[in-house]
Amino acid sequence: MNVNQSAPPGPPYGQPQPVYPGYHQSSYGGQPGSTVPPTPYGASYNGPVPGYQQAPPPGVSRAPPSSGAPPVSTAQAPGGQAAYGQFGQGDVQNGPSSTVQMQRHPGSQPFGSAPLAPVVSQPTVLQSYGPPPTNTQVTAQLAGMQISGAPAPAPPPTGLGYGPPTTLASASGSFPNSGLYGSYPQGHAPPLSLAQGHPGTQPPQHSALPQASSFTPPASGGPRMPSMTGALLPGQGFRGPPVNQPNHVSSPPPQALPLGTQMTGPPGPLPPMHSSQPGYQLQQNGSFGPVRDPQPNYGSPYPGAPTFGSQPGPPQPLPPKRLDPDAIPSPIQVIEDDRNNRGSEPFVTGVRGQVPPLVTTNFLVKDQGNASPRYIRCTSYNIPCTSDMAKQAQVPLAAVIKPLARLPPEEASPYVVDHGESGPLRCNRCKAYMCPFMQFIEGGRRFQCCFCSCINDVPPQYFQHLDHTGKRVDAYDRPELSLGSYEFLATVDYCKNNKFPSPPAFIFMIDVSYNAIRSGLVRLLCEELKSLLDFLPREGGAEESAIRVGFVTYNKVLHFYNVKSSLAQPQMMVVSDVADMFVPLLDGFLVNVNESRTVITSLLDQIPEMFADTRETETVFAPVIQAGMEALKAAECAGKLFLFHTSLPIAEAPGKLKNRDDRKLINTDKEKTLFQPQTGTYQTLAKECVAQGCCVDLFLFPNQYVDVATLSVVPQLTGGSVYKYACFQVENDQERFLSDLCRDVQKVVGFDAVMRVRTSTGIRAVDFFGAFYMSNTTDVELAGLDVDKTVTVEFKHDDRLNEESGALLQCALLYTSCAGQRRLRIHNLALNCCTQLADLYRNCETDTLINYMAKFAYRGVLNSPVKTVRDNLITQCAQILACYRKNCASPSSAGQLILPECMKLLPVYLNCVLKSDVLQPGAEVTTDDRAYVRQLVTSMDVAETNVFFYPRLLPLTKSPIDSTTEPPAVRASEERLSNGDIYLLENGLNLFLWVGASVQQGVVQSLFSVSSFSHITSGLSVLPVLDNPLSKKVRVLIDSLRAQRSRYMKLIVVKQEDKLEMLFKHFLVEDKSLSGGASYVDFLCHMHKEIRQLLS
Amino acid sequence: MATYLEFIQQNEEQDGVRFSWNVWPSSRLEATRMVVPLACLLTPLKERLDLPPVQYEPVLCSRPTCKAILNPLCQVDYRAKLWACNFCFQRNQFPPAYTGISEVNQPAELMPHFSTIEYVIQRGAQSPLIFLYVVDTCLEEDDLQALKESLQMSLSLLPPDALVGLITFGRMVQVHELSCEGIAKSYVFRGTKDLTAKQIQDMLGLTKGAMPMQQASPAQPQEHPFISSRFLQPVHKIDMNLTDLLGELQRDPWPVTQGKRPLRSTGVALSIAVGLLEGTFPNTGARIMLFTGGPPTQGPGMVVGDELKTPIRSWHDIEKDNARFVKKATKHYEMLANRTAANGHCIDIYACALDQSGLLEMKCCTNLTGGHMVMGDSFNTSLFKQTFQRIFSKDFNGNFRMGFGATLEVKTSRELKIAGAIGPCVSLNVKGPCVSENELGVGGTSQWKICGLDPTSTFGIYFEVVNQHNAPIPQGGRGAIQFVTQYQHSSTQRRIRVTTIARNWADAQSQLQHIEAAFDQEAAAVLMARLGVFRAESEEGPDVLRWLDRQLIRLCQKFGQYNKEDPTSFRLSDSFSLYPQFMFHLRRSPFLQVFNNSPDESSYYRHHFARQDLTQSLIMIQPILYSYSFHGPPEPVLLDSSSILTDRILLMDTFFQIVIYLGETIAQWRKAGYQDMPEYENFKHLLQAPLDDAQEILQARFPMPRYINTEHGGSQARFLLSKVNPSQTHNNLYAWGQETGAPILTDDVSLQVFMDHLKKLAVSSSC
Repeated sequence: MNVNQSAPPGPPYGQPQPVYPGYHQSSYGGQPGSTVPPTPYGASYNGPVPGYQQAPPPGVSRAPPSSGAPPVSTAQAPGGQAAYGQFGQGDVQNGPSSTVQMQRHPGSQPFGSAPLAPVVSQPTVLQSYGPPPTNTQVTAQLAGMQISGAPAPAPPPTGLGYGPPTTLASASGSFPNSGLYGSYPQGHAPPLSLAQGHPGTQPPQHSALPQASSFTPPASGGPRMPSMTGALLPGQGFRGPPVNQPNHVSSPPPQALPLGTQMTGPPGPLPPMHSSQPGYQLQQNGSFGPVRDPQPNYGSPYPGAPTFGSQPGPPQPLPPKRLDPDAIPSPIQVIEDDRNNRGSEPFVTGVRGQVPPLVTTNFLVKDQGNASPRYIRCTSYNIPCTSDMAKQAQVPLAAVIKPLARLPPEEASPYVVDHGESGPLRCNRCKAYMCPFMQFIEGGRRFQCCFCSCINDVPPQYFQHLDHTGKRVDAYDRPELSLGSYEFLATVDYCKNNKFPSPPAFIFMIDVSYNAIRSGLVRLLCEELKSLLDFLPREGGAEESAIRVGFVTYNKVLHFYNVKSSLAQPQMMVVSDVADMFVPLLDGFLVNVNESRTVITSLLDQIPEMFADTRETETVFAPVIQAGMEALKAAECAGKLFLFHTSLPIAEAPGKLKNRDDRKLINTDKEKTLFQPQTGTYQTLAKECVAQGCCVDLFLFPNQYVDVATLSVVPQLTGGSVYKYACFQVENDQERFLSDLCRDVQKVVGFDAVMRVRTSTGIRAVDFFGAFYMSNTTDVELAGLDVDKTVTVEFKHDDRLNEESGALLQCALLYTSCAGQRRLRIHNLALNCCTQLADLYRNCETDTLINYMAKFAYRGVLNSPVKTVRDNLITQCAQILACYRKNCASPSSAGQLILPECMKLLPVYLNCVLKSDVLQPGAEVTTDDRAYVRQLVTSMDVAETNVFFYPRLLPLTKSPIDSTTEPPAVRASEERLSNGDIYLLENGLNLFLWVGASVQQGVVQSLFSVSSFSHITSGLSVLPVLDNPLSKKVRVLIDSLRAQRSRYMKLIVVKQEDKLEMLFKHFLVEDKSLSGGASYVDFLCHMHKEIRQLLS
Repeated sequence: MATYLEFIQQNEEQDGVRFSWNVWPSSRLEATRMVVPLACLLTPLKERLDLPPVQYEPVLCSRPTCKAILNPLCQVDYRAKLWACNFCFQRNQFPPAYTGISEVNQPAELMPHFSTIEYVIQRGAQSPLIFLYVVDTCLEEDDLQALKESLQMSLSLLPPDALVGLITFGRMVQVHELSCEGIAKSYVFRGTKDLTAKQIQDMLGLTKGAMPMQQASPAQPQEHPFISSRFLQPVHKIDMNLTDLLGELQRDPWPVTQGKRPLRSTGVALSIAVGLLEGTFPNTGARIMLFTGGPPTQGPGMVVGDELKTPIRSWHDIEKDNARFVKKATKHYEMLANRTAANGHCIDIYACALDQSGLLEMKCCTNLTGGHMVMGDSFNTSLFKQTFQRIFSKDFNGNFRMGFGATLEVKTSRELKIAGAIGPCVSLNVKGPCVSENELGVGGTSQWKICGLDPTSTFGIYFEVVNQHNAPIPQGGRGAIQFVTQYQHSSTQRRIRVTTIARNWADAQSQLQHIEAAFDQEAAAVLMARLGVFRAESEEGPDVLRWLDRQLIRLCQKFGQYNKEDPTSFRLSDSFSLYPQFMFHLRRSPFLQVFNNSPDESSYYRHHFARQDLTQSLIMIQPILYSYSFHGPPEPVLLDSSSILTDRILLMDTFFQIVIYLGETIAQWRKAGYQDMPEYENFKHLLQAPLDDAQEILQARFPMPRYINTEHGGSQARFLLSKVNPSQTHNNLYAWGQETGAPILTDDVSLQVFMDHLKKLAVSSSC
C-alpha cells in the first residue's frame, strides 16, 4: 500500500489514485462489501477485507515515509502478509494469532514497508482493470462469472455495479471480476482503451458478465478475494468447462461440474456433482477442517453456499458457453501491470526477500547489499523454513543465476576489489567470501560467517572498528561489505597450476568441405572475419584486445595456419592424423591481430580460393575440437573455439557419427535416445576441454540431419553456444549469421570458470541446469561463461531454516577475464524464510519458476519418455496450486479455481512449455530442431524463457503512428488477430510479420512498396527501406526487438491465409496447436480438474 | 712377379675387380686350406673413360636357369651363327640382328678388351631422379642457417628435371607441399606415432591418385605430376619457391626446457619419407637425404630420452645391455631400410652434431640402401658443406656420379659357387645352382639389390670352390665369373654393365707356387677385413680378433717357410710379406676396436669401410704417413712411432682424417716466426708442402676427411699417436736406448711384438 501511496506523488500514479476510492467503494460496495466494511477484524472472513481496507490507511500513513524507493518493493509482501495473516488465523490460530501476525506485518514493514497485495492491486487498478482486490484474488478467478450466466440476478449489488461495468469488463477482456469492474466504470478510462482491442468479443462477454456477476457473489469469493490472493473459480466457473468439455479432451464433464450439482443442467453430471459436493464439503471439513480451526467461522460466511445452490439453477441453460479467454489470467495484462507499476522506480536491493519486478519490466537496480535480479532471480523470495513445508508446496526452490549478466549503461558494473597478496577474505570453514551479511563481533576483531556461523579472526590488515550498530565504520567504503555483487582480484592461489593465466585465445575453425564452399559460407565468413577481428572483447578501457586468434580449416583433415607476423605469407599445415589429433605448430598459430594483420588478411583472402574447387564432402568433428583444445593447451591459455560446421561428421575419425534420425521413435519409450548423444566420445572430449578452459561455440549450417544432440554436447558442457542455420544460403541468411557471429565474438566472456553456490545452513544447492560441466556435486565448471549464459540452481532443505536470519545465497564465480586477469565475482542474495505457506506463495516468481521447470523437463527427456515428463510437469503444477488452494486460499467451492496472485500465469506458461517443440513436436519439427531448442533453453535466462515460451505479439497499426513507444502486446492467440492489421511476433529466436488479409492498401504500400496485399511476397525476410513514417517505425521496432535478444531474429513476412501462416500459428500459444497441444482455456480447465482431483 | 702385379692392376682398371687369388685352387679341399677365401672386390660402376655404352641390349643365354650374357669368353661359331654359353655350355642362336656377324665383324661384347661392357636399355619409362630432403629443424640457429644455405645451393646442382621434395621434422614432421601458390602448405604428422605406409599415403591424400596409376602401369609419365605433384616437383619449376621455403624454415618452435633435449622425430620423419616415395615412385631412382643434428628423442626409432641427464648409450652401455632403445630403434630403422631397399630408393644420412646422433641405430638405412653416411660436428663446417657438394659432383660426361636401383647378379662356372657379398646391398634371395650353402657376408643368393651406388662403391664377393678333389680340372681349364649390374644411370637411362672374368685353375698340391704367386695380399687383406668387420657387427669384438688371428696364423703356417719350432727361421714370400702388417693394423683399427670410439663413430667407420674401394680401404686399415723435411723430398715413412721426429713434418691420411703434425723443432721454428722471414723462405715452403698435399686429398675424397693441423704436444696430436705402431712406449723407451722417435703412452703391443708372437705360433706344431 505504501507503495501505492508513495507512488501517487509520482506522475504515473496520479491516475490510480482517483481509482482508489472507486476501488474501495466499488469492490467492497458491490460485493459483500456491506458486510466487510463494518467488520474489519471481526469475522475471520471479513478479516481479509478489512485487511485491505486497513492496508490502505497504513499505507497512507506511511505513504510519506515510504516515498523512498525501498518501500516499493517490499510493499507487496506486507500486503500479502496481511491478507495471509488472516488466512493464518483461519489456518492455524484464531484471532490472537492473527493479531500477532498482523502485528508482525507492520513489523515487517520497516523493511517490507507496505503490504504486497495492495501494491499489486493498485497498479492494476490504475491502468488496466486492476482493481486491487482483483489482482490478488480475482485475477486468477475463472469465476463462473463469465461462464455461467444465470445467477446474475442473485447478487444484486454486484449486478448493479455491473450494468455498466460489464461492458467495461468485456472491454477489458482480461478481467472477469465483476465486482471490480463495477468500480471501473466510474473512474477508469485506461481499461476502456484496452478493451477496445477486442470489440468483437464483447457480446459474448456481456452475456458472460452477468453470469459472472451472479456467480461472484455467491462465490463468496468476493469477500474472500480481498483476503486471498488466489483467483476463485466458482462452481459455475466450472460449468464453463463442462460446456467446453465436449471440445476438451482434458476435462471430463463430471469433474467440471463440481459445484454445479445444483446448478448444472446436464443430468448426467448431476449425481457426481452431488457426490462431489459432499466431497467438497468434506474437504473443507476434513482436510481443511482439521487444519483450520477457524473453519467454523467460515461456516458462517458460507451462507454464500446457499446462494450457490440457488445459482445453479439458472446456469443450466448456459452450459454451451465457452470459458471466456478474456476471463482467464492474461500474461499481457500481468506484464503490462508490472511494467506500469514497477518500471518507473529503481529496484533497490537493500531489503531481504523482495520480489523484483518481472523480467519484462524495464527497471533500474540499485545495489544495496543484494545481487541485482539481473544476476540472480529466485523462484521464491520467501523460503519455507522446513523441508516438510517445501515438500507440501512442491514449489521448486531455485535460483536462476546469470553471473556475468550485462547491465544497462546506467548501472555500474561490479567493483573490483583488490586485497593484495592475501587475497579475498573468506570464512575458514565454509570458505564463503566476505560479504555484507558477515557479522563482525568483538569490536571488529572477529567475524561470524553468515553461512556456517563459524567465528573467524579478522586479519590485522583488514581490521576496522565497529560503529554503535555493530557495523564496520568502513562498511560503505568496501564493496564487499555493502554491495550484493562485486569482484575480487584473485591471487595466484586461485590460478591453474599456481600460475597467472595468459590472455585467452579465440580459434576460428572453419569447415571447408564442399557444402560449406558451395553455400558461400566460407567466403562470407572469411570476409567478415577480417573486420570482425577488430572487435574482440577487451577489458575496460583497454586499447586493444588481449585475445589472440588462430585459424583452422578442415574437412576430413585439418589445416592449421601459421600467421606469424614475420611471415611474408601464411603457412598452412595439414594434419591428416585425425585419429590422434595434435597441434602441429606453436609459434605463429595464436597471434595478436594487429601484429599479424597483413598475414591474417592474406590468409582470409586465400582460404576461399584454396578450397574453391574442393570435392571433399566428408567432415570430421571431434578431432577439430580436440585440435583446438590441444592448441590452447600448448599455448597454456584458456579460450574459445568458434566452429563453423556443415554436415554430419561421417569421415573415419573419433566421434564419427551415423545418421540415426528416426521419426518413428517419437512418442515411444525410445524417443529419449534422439536427445542423447550417439557416442561417449564427445563427453570425454568435453571433459578435457573443460579442464583446459576451452569453450566451444558451434555454428551449424546443415542441409540435413547433423545430429545436433551429439554435436552440441561439447558446446553444452563447455559453456558454449550453438547456432543453427538450416539450409544456409548467403542471400537469405547472411544477415542473421553475421549478426550472431559479431555478437558472439564480441561478447564479454569469462574463461576457465568455476562457480560455487554457497547457502546458509538449512538449504543446499542440489541440482544445476545450464551449459557447464560438473565433476563433483558442488562446483559448476565452465570452460567459458558469456554474458548470456545462465545457470539454474535448485535448492533443497537439509535442515530447518530460521525465519529471523533468513536464507543467504552466495554465488562465487572464479574466472579469467578477457584480458587474462583471474577474478572472483561474488553475488549475494538474502531471502526470507517463512513458516506459513501463504508467505511462500506470495513471494514467488512465475517466470523464474517456468525457467526452472522448463529446464528440468528438458533435461528429463534425456531419461524418460516425453509423455512422462509432460505428465510430471502437469502434476507438479497441480500440486503447487492444490497446495495453495488447500492451505492458503480461503475455503470456497471446490469448483473454483483459485490461483495465487503471483502464480496466476503458471498454467498458461506451463502449457506453453508443454506444447513446446521439445515436449510435443509437430510434424514439421525435425529431430535436430528439438535437440537444438533443448540445449538452447538449458542456458536461457528468465527473460529469454519468458518470451520464448510465450511469444510477444505486437500490433503495428493500432497505435498512432507517431507514438514512439512499443505498442502494447496482445495475447498470443489467433482470436486476437484482426485481419485489418499487421502484427509482429517474436520469441527470441523467430520474428514474424503477420499481415492481415484486409490491411489497408496504404499500409501495404508504405510498408512493402507493393500495391496490394496479394503482391506481398510471402516469406520475405527484409522490409524495403522506405521513407515514410510507418515503414520507419516498423523497421525501428524490428531493430529494437532484435537488439533486445541475444540472437538475431530473422524476419519472416507471413500473409494471412498463406501456407507460411502455419508456421506462424505455431507460435500462437494460447491456441490449440496442430501437434495436439491444448489451448490455454482447455489447459486451465484440465489443470483445475487435476487440482480438484488432488484436493479430493 | 711384376707380371702378376701388372695383371692385377690391369684387371682392376679394366674390370674393377680384384681377386684374393688370381690362380684358383682346383678343389674344394685345397681351397679351404688356402685360409683366405676365393673372393673379389668388385667396383661395379668403376669409371671408365674408354667405355662408351653400347646402345643395344645384351644377348642372353637361352637356358632359363642361366641367362648368362654373351661375352668374349664364349665360343662362337660364326658360320652357324651359334654361340656357346661359357657357364652352362648351352648353344644359342644369335638373334636376327646379329646376322652379319663374322670373325672380322664382331659385336663389341665379343672383343676381349670388352670384358666389361655397358648396355643402354631403351625400353621402359625414364623416370626423373628424385631427391627428398628430410631436414631436422632442432638445430642451433647458425647450424640451421648453414644447412639451409647448403640445401638452397644444392638446388642449383640438381638436374632441372629432377623431382625434389622437402620434409622437415622436429617435434612434429612436416611434409611440404611444393605446388601451392600464395600459401606455404605442409602436412604435419605427430612425431611419436608410427604409421604404416598405407596410413601415411592416406593422410597425404595419395591413395586416390595412386590407384589409377598402379592400374595404368607406370608407363605414362604425365601421370606423375598428377599424383605426387604436390610433394615432389621438378626443380626447374619450383626452385624459387623451394628456395623461399627453405629460407623461411624456422627452428623447431616447441620449447625445450632446461635439462632436456629437443624432441626430434627422426624415426617418423624417415618413415614418412619412405612411405611417401613408396606410394608414389616405387622402383625409380630416389635419394632420401636425411639431415639431422642430434639423436632421435621420441617416437619409433628414438635412441635416447629427452632427459639430458641420461647420456646417450655408449659401447659400455651396449655391452652391459644397458641401452634401452638400441634394439627397438634398430628394428625400426631396419624395417625402414628394408622397405626402402625393396622400392629401390636409397637413404643418405648427414648427421652433424657434437654428440652422437644415433648412427648406430640408423646405420642400416644407409648400409642396406647404398646411401651415404656423413658425420660431422656441425652443418656450419666445410666438412659438411664440401662433402654435401661433392654428392652432386659430375663425371666427365656431365652425369652425376650416382646410380640407382641396381641389381647385381653374379654367375659362375660350375666349379664355383657364390658364398655371399659384403657391401651396401641387400639380398634379393635369388636361389640358383650357383649359390653356396655356406654364407660369407650376405649370402644365400646370386643377386643383390644396390639401391644407391657410385663409381667407387665396392663390394666384396665371396666364392666357394666346389669342385671335388677327385674330379680334377684339366690343365689350362679356366673358371669364369660374370657380374651383371643393372642400374638406373643418373641420366635416367637404365643400363646394364656386364663384367666377365676368367682365371686359371691350378692344382694346389702340384702348383702351389703359382697360386702363391698369384696371391693379391692387398685384396686379401681388405676382403678378410670386410669379413672381420661384418662379423663384428654381430659378434663380440674379442671373438672377431681371435678369429682374425687364427686365420693369420693358419695362413702363415700354410705359406710361410720355416723350420718347425724355430721362429727365427720364419720367412714369408713377397706376395705375403705385407699381409701380417695389414692384419696388425686392422686389429688396431676403429673397425674392430671400439675402445675410444662411440657407437656412432664405429658405425660410421664401418659404413665407409664396407663400401670403399681397395685403395681407400687399405688406407683405412693402415694409414699412410708422409714425412717432410729439409733432408729431401717428401717420402712415405713407416707408420711407426719412430717416424715421429722433431725436425719433420708428418702428413697422415687415415681416410677419415688428414693430420699434419709438426715435429717439436719445426713447431718451435714456426712459433718463432721463421717462416715469415725472407731468408727462411725454404722453411715456409716446407710448412706449405704438406698443406698443399693435404688439400689435394681433401679435394678428392668423399666424404671429406677431418682436417687436423697440429704439432708436437698439441692435443690433436693424439690422432697421429693413436695410429702409429707403438714401437717405442713408456715401457721400452729406455730399453731401446734410442733418442729418436716419440714414445707412445700405451700398453698396446707393437708390430714387432706382434710379429714375434706370430712367428712363434706359426712355427709351433701345437696349433
